[in-house]
Amino acid sequence: MSARDAVATPWRRAALAAAIFAVDPPRSGVVLRAGAGPARDEWLARLIQSLGATKAFRIPAQIADDRLIGGLDVAATLRTGRPVAESGVLASADGGVIVVAMAERMTASVAARLTAALDLGEVALQRDGLSLTLPARIGVVALDEGQEDERAPLALSERLAFWVDMEAVGYRDIEAALFEPEDIAVARARLAGVETPDRAVETLVAIAAQLGVGSLRAPLFALRSARALAALRGADAVEDEDIEIAAALALGPRATRTPAPQEPDEPEAEPEPEKPDDAPEPENEEDATPRELEERVLEAARAAIPPGLLAKLQAGLAARRRAANDGKSGEESYSSQRGRPLDARPGSLRKGRLSLIATLRAAAPWRALRAREAPDDKRRVIVKPDDFRIVRYRQRRGATTVFAVDASGSTAMQRLAEVKGAIELLLADCYVRRDEVALVAFRGREADIVLPPTRSTARARRALAGMPGGGGTPIASGLDAALAVADQARRRGQTPLIVVMTDGRANIGRDGQPGRGPAMRDALDAAKRIRLANVAALAIDSSPPTGRGDAPTRALAEAMSSRYLKLPLANAAQVNAAVRRALPS
Amino acid sequence: MKLAFMIAAVDPSVGGVLAFGDRGTGKSTAVRALAALLPKIRVVVGCPYNCAPDTPAGLCPHCKGDGKPKTAQRMAPVVDLPLGATEDRVVGSLNLERALSHGEKRFEPGLLAQANRGFLYIDEANLLEDHLVDLLLDVAASGVNVVEREGLSLRHPARFVLIGSGNPEEGELRPQMLDRFGLAIDVKTPQEVPARIEVVRRRDAYERDPEAFHKKWAGEERKLRHKITHARELLGKIETPDAAIERATRLCLALGTDGLRGELTLIRAARALAALEGRNALGDPELRRVAPMALSHRLRRNPLDESGSGARVERALAEVFGP
Repeated sequence: MSARDAVATPWRRAALAAAIFAVDPPRSGVVLRAGAGPARDEWLARLIQSLGATKAFRIPAQIADDRLIGGLDVAATLRTGRPVAESGVLASADGGVIVVAMAERMTASVAARLTAALDLGEVALQRDGLSLTLPARIGVVALDEGQEDERAPLALSERLAFWVDMEAVGYRDIEAALFEPEDIAVARARLAGVETPDRAVETLVAIAAQLGVGSLRAPLFALRSARALAALRGADAVEDEDIEIAAALALGPRATRTPAPQEPDEPEAEPEPEKPDDAPEPENEEDATPRELEERVLEAARAAIPPGLLAKLQAGLAARRRAANDGKSGEESYSSQRGRPLDARPGSLRKGRLSLIATLRAAAPWRALRAREAPDDKRRVIVKPDDFRIVRYRQRRGATTVFAVDASGSTAMQRLAEVKGAIELLLADCYVRRDEVALVAFRGREADIVLPPTRSTARARRALAGMPGGGGTPIASGLDAALAVADQARRRGQTPLIVVMTDGRANIGRDGQPGRGPAMRDALDAAKRIRLANVAALAIDSSPPTGRGDAPTRALAEAMSSRYLKLPLANAAQVNAAVRRALPS
Repeated sequence: MKLAFMIAAVDPSVGGVLAFGDRGTGKSTAVRALAALLPKIRVVVGCPYNCAPDTPAGLCPHCKGDGKPKTAQRMAPVVDLPLGATEDRVVGSLNLERALSHGEKRFEPGLLAQANRGFLYIDEANLLEDHLVDLLLDVAASGVNVVEREGLSLRHPARFVLIGSGNPEEGELRPQMLDRFGLAIDVKTPQEVPARIEVVRRRDAYERDPEAFHKKWAGEERKLRHKITHARELLGKIETPDAAIERATRLCLALGTDGLRGELTLIRAARALAALEGRNALGDPELRRVAPMALSHRLRRNPLDESGSGARVERALAEVFGP
């Protein structure tokens, strides 16, 4: 099979990647993008078979630290009367492979623990009073079942050699295995002796650069793959063909740009005599100048770039940006009620549920000390309130809506009343959703935080009723103040949303000086800051409905990259509905 | 990046290095290589806090009082703070072994104690849990670790240089934490193909035979270590002309950095650089070289200026120092 044929179909690429990975699993891995199904099951079964004696451990993507890294083994510690460590999956899997199910749901922190083990080949256990470093030379298979732009964390994929896409592969595409488990074992034994010509490194690095692959891990993976391929062929040295396939598998899927097309004066690289799999021809090696080789390899890599990849990449990026702006990016915080489990922390039982194991773990070391103080107490473990550990979870945050209201003279008093009404309506809604509301008013020369974030509807009503109107329009100061409130809210673990209500006619700058030009410039600057801070925003234009006046507010909305709403006759219920749509659900 | 680490090694008071950059740029690799470059330190034998024998008024409970302790040379510690470390191991807590087998209440020093007089490294600093970050900032600022937990009550010295690395795509660092790092560097992969080939080749050589690799580079490491030792000795003798301080201040004013930490770091880093290069006074060339790493992370974001903070520092440099 020629190099090009070997990587011609998604299934072949997937199968070949699995074989190469099985030859040399530690500190490498595969991200397999595919829905659960027979093709994926078959791929995984074959991989595990070809791993032979190398064990595979399946873990969920949401695994908790005490399972992943390990900790104190309470039962054994109590039984033996000395600290006994319980190793986590990372250490147990030393020399083996970890298979992560639903990797697209993996959080950055779980990914970081895996990547640390991949980088160092060991896992540092600094927990529960234990201090150990255990070997953890692992390989990782991440099963990514993501839809659209959900995907496995990039920090993890970056450290895995092969990005295999089998989304389009069905059961019918499956072909007979190229390598038997015995072949893999033989190749594994042969691997250390495989020679690598200098041009292998040069070619692979050059190709990576042409494909816009920034990380230097990619060419290293390609180099390792080329070696494994040579070992699989039963050869002692890396050949051009190995380099070609390795580039297609390890570099192709990482491409961020399509390489420039070949120069026309070398019409085809095709007529190169095809090499039989097992008989390398030394003359051939001389023939292929580095440049020709580079082009052939590039060609192979290009073939492996999935169609529409770049468009997808861009869409994904845009979607992520959008998600961040909508405040729906799943911002997280701690909770005692629900979410992903975190390490237990000391705390009173009034603040959360008891974590039994963690509490016993905390109590166990004191057993002998406490027994001495109370010799009559014959319990195996003596638990005191100090030992209580409560369960913590990470969950999505609550929302804080910051209203930045233009209370200047240019906004008619009637509008101000409507805005007040809208906030009151929203407050009732927030009371149900346990969201917070804050109010910033800008008028005259500066902005005031009329109402710091609160859930108290009564206080909010009072503050609203007393809000004065009239004077200049210092939009920049208003937005700055709103952002400051939003920023604080975020620090407290809330997801902020800024709602700006204005006619956009800024006439007071940040410095408090009048002047339309500088004032508008400052206002746009403040709006951009909101976008840069990744705070979701909504601009509501309260300019008169006669048409022409909506340009400045539109510009503000654009600068915040927020939604724009023109409410010709703003009525409170409409405003409220708009806000509710912008809030994270 | 190498320069920043060397400066921090020469003068720990510049206060920490933050290496931010994309994946696969070798941030962690560089930090982990640091241990081999640091000059050895003289410590009291058996002291869990690496106390120096001549520390005046040592806070450490182990080395207080009684006469002349035995001392020994050892490698300066570079302690890795792994993600997932629990608080008790970071600050230190009850010694499990003693408590379980002898029913004895004894303190087991944690990672902060180990890092005393050395470096504390946090990979993926932006993923560290909030309560640990708060704790680290507190200790890094005061140089003392106060332990009040599990019926234990003590304090011990914990002066260390904080080194953080991370990828901005995975979450921003809180501004308080950002400001606490003296130097910040943006790590990029080399863009020229020959340099990249060399990196890949070296890394590959290391992976295939780590020992041979170490042997090959041991000479280089020794040279760098001597350079750092030498620079440390010189450091006290470096003159700091008033003109240089004025320049540093003007630079910070031009950039509008908050507080005075910028100027202080700038001067200290420039002084360490002068020591590294064997000069006897710091001047413009030193300031210019360290300004980007000492100041770029202290700038307020200016949304109207789309250029990165590095470019803004360059521009301010040109303004203050002339082209």
